[in-house]
Amino acid sequence: MAQITLENVTKTFGAVTAVDRVSLTIAEGELVALLGPSGCGKTTTLRLIAGLEIPDSGRIFIGDREVTRLPPRERDVAMVFQDYALYPHMNLMDNIGYPLKVRGVPREELRQRVQEVARRLQIGDLLDRRPSQISGGQQQRASVARAVVHEAQAFLFDEPLSNLDAKLRLEARAFLKHLQHTEGVTAAYVTHDQAEAMALADRIVVMNHGKIMQIGTPLDVYRNPQNTFVAAFIGNPPMNLLPCHLDMAQGVLVVAANQAPLDLGLLRERIRVALKDGDSLTLGVRPENITLGAEPGPAAIPGKIYVTQPLGGETLVNVEVGDQLVSVRIFTEELPPLPEQVWLTLDLARTFLYGPDGERIV
Amino acid sequence: MEQQRGVFSSRVGLAFLTPALFFVVVFLLFPFVWIFYLSFTNQTLTGASALSPSFVGLENYARLFDFDRWARAGEFGSALWITIQFVLGSALLGQAVVGLTIAWAFYRRKGLLREIVFTLAVLAWIIPDVVVAFAWSAFLDYEQGTLNAILGALGLGRPDWLFRYPLISIILFNTWRGSAFSILLFSSALETIPPSYVETADVVGASAWQKFRDILFPLLRGHILTDLILITLWTFNVFTPYLLTGGGPTFKTEVVSIYIYRTAFKFFEFGKGGAIAVVVMLINLTLAMGYLAMLRRQKASA
Repeated sequence: MAQITLENVTKTFGAVTAVDRVSLTIAEGELVALLGPSGCGKTTTLRLIAGLEIPDSGRIFIGDREVTRLPPRERDVAMVFQDYALYPHMNLMDNIGYPLKVRGVPREELRQRVQEVARRLQIGDLLDRRPSQISGGQQQRASVARAVVHEAQAFLFDEPLSNLDAKLRLEARAFLKHLQHTEGVTAAYVTHDQAEAMALADRIVVMNHGKIMQIGTPLDVYRNPQNTFVAAFIGNPPMNLLPCHLDMAQGVLVVAANQAPLDLGLLRERIRVALKDGDSLTLGVRPENITLGAEPGPAAIPGKIYVTQPLGGETLVNVEVGDQLVSVRIFTEELPPLPEQVWLTLDLARTFLYGPDGERIV
Repeated sequence: MEQQRGVFSSRVGLAFLTPALFFVVVFLLFPFVWIFYLSFTNQTLTGASALSPSFVGLENYARLFDFDRWARAGEFGSALWITIQFVLGSALLGQAVVGLTIAWAFYRRKGLLREIVFTLAVLAWIIPDVVVAFAWSAFLDYEQGTLNAILGALGLGRPDWLFRYPLISIILFNTWRGSAFSILLFSSALETIPPSYVETADVVGASAWQKFRDILFPLLRGHILTDLILITLWTFNVFTPYLLTGGGPTFKTEVVSIYIYRTAFKFFEFGKGGAIAVVVMLINLTLAMGYLAMLRRQKASA
């Protein structure tokens, strides 16, 4: 296992900059998720590490070896593709053993190693089947087995779970995380599913338009999103973002949607940059950091209940604030009766303020 | 599921089919039966047997397979052997191998070079026979030909291609002429292979040859068989070399289609010509059956 380092890597396709000056280190044994919407450059970043694309500029290291311009075969990485890329004309033994066959491992040793890995991944009794004769979940394991068997320096996963149905995906997620821990592998993991990234990764790299928006542990990016993009991308439902502006004379933030004044209170001390009257800002608050009440308060804004969605252990309430919908998450099985007109009280200790450029101020 | 029914009754359907069936019968079925009949007679265009042909049984066939003389130049055995070399050389080694190589070389690549190569290949394929034959005559001509002008300028000698290497010339000609079909067939077949298959092989470290042998070839096997069926049959029956060499010199490029033509339309021996045509058709049928059986086995195992 080895550490992976990207230094200022840029890759363009024609006029499109797919990866824009990305610098990143994946430590030995660490699983880093590359997270972002489609077209954000996460898959291209992975393919650059694999050697399936060659960067326009910047350098890539695996271990202490520079691999920037080396072909994939000289990088000693294993890759798992979204469509599994199992060869339909080979049985699982030949599929999983293919990396060994290519390296000229003797037939008997190959059989033993494949059997050992397949047993560990609980597909040991399927080795004489073809990919078309096994389930999607088993195919996914087989493609992971093929990556495990050749004991590469690093694993690269390209949305390996997105072809599975929801239930299997949760199973496979737990299985992959367990595998990653027991094998102690260095891995880069591309996904557009923030829940998957949160659940699996040691650290998350959030990308947009080819740029890294934030790098941090799952809890860190969840608790301290550095910009409105990350705030809106992480969390389900995502953070509420309310456009607002500052009214210095009153010492309040005016919420744009319904012109409701919000006492700055605690926020005032936390503002570390110079702001002036009328600056258009964005208030960010997670659904679980809002409480609903019938009475007004200094840190409360009025709204109208739109719908309530009971989800079992919690209830999701959508509240209309002006023309904007705000999600509120309440951790109770049964919601107390609420009037139609409610007051949303924000937990100002867990509320963020983003500047005109979308970067975090508070 | 309910069985799907046509819009028209079968009687109306038959009415629609009739014109097509009529032409099939008149221009395909009837000539075939007629040739089969002719092959058992001594029908000629001129002379006594033109007016009153008589039934000669298997005599025409016996003359074809007269093993004392059939391997001599200008005889059936010789024509058959030339045809086999022509098919092996220009269809299997030529078009199929060139087609696969070019298709693989441009696999998932875009760009000007690909456009140029594909356009030229398709042009060579769709230009009318006579034009192409004339172009190649001009290309290969001993005195004035482009090829010899180039070779001469490079000091590589100026062979008389159509005289000294007639069979090689028509093999090269037919390879050039027909490779487009195989290129197009293999390119579109390659497009159906997910890129991740090849990329997985790249990442695990497979060489170009290993990728071809272990992944592309097995996945393309059905397409390769289809390609071989078609180009073998086409090449077996192709007549265009006649426009380049006339079958000569001294019958050295006389493939069976030219042999049939010479027998039936130069010597006007319709009976014997018919017999050759029937034998050639049986050979084609055998080839096609063989390929189809392989294709069926391939499908069953896939």
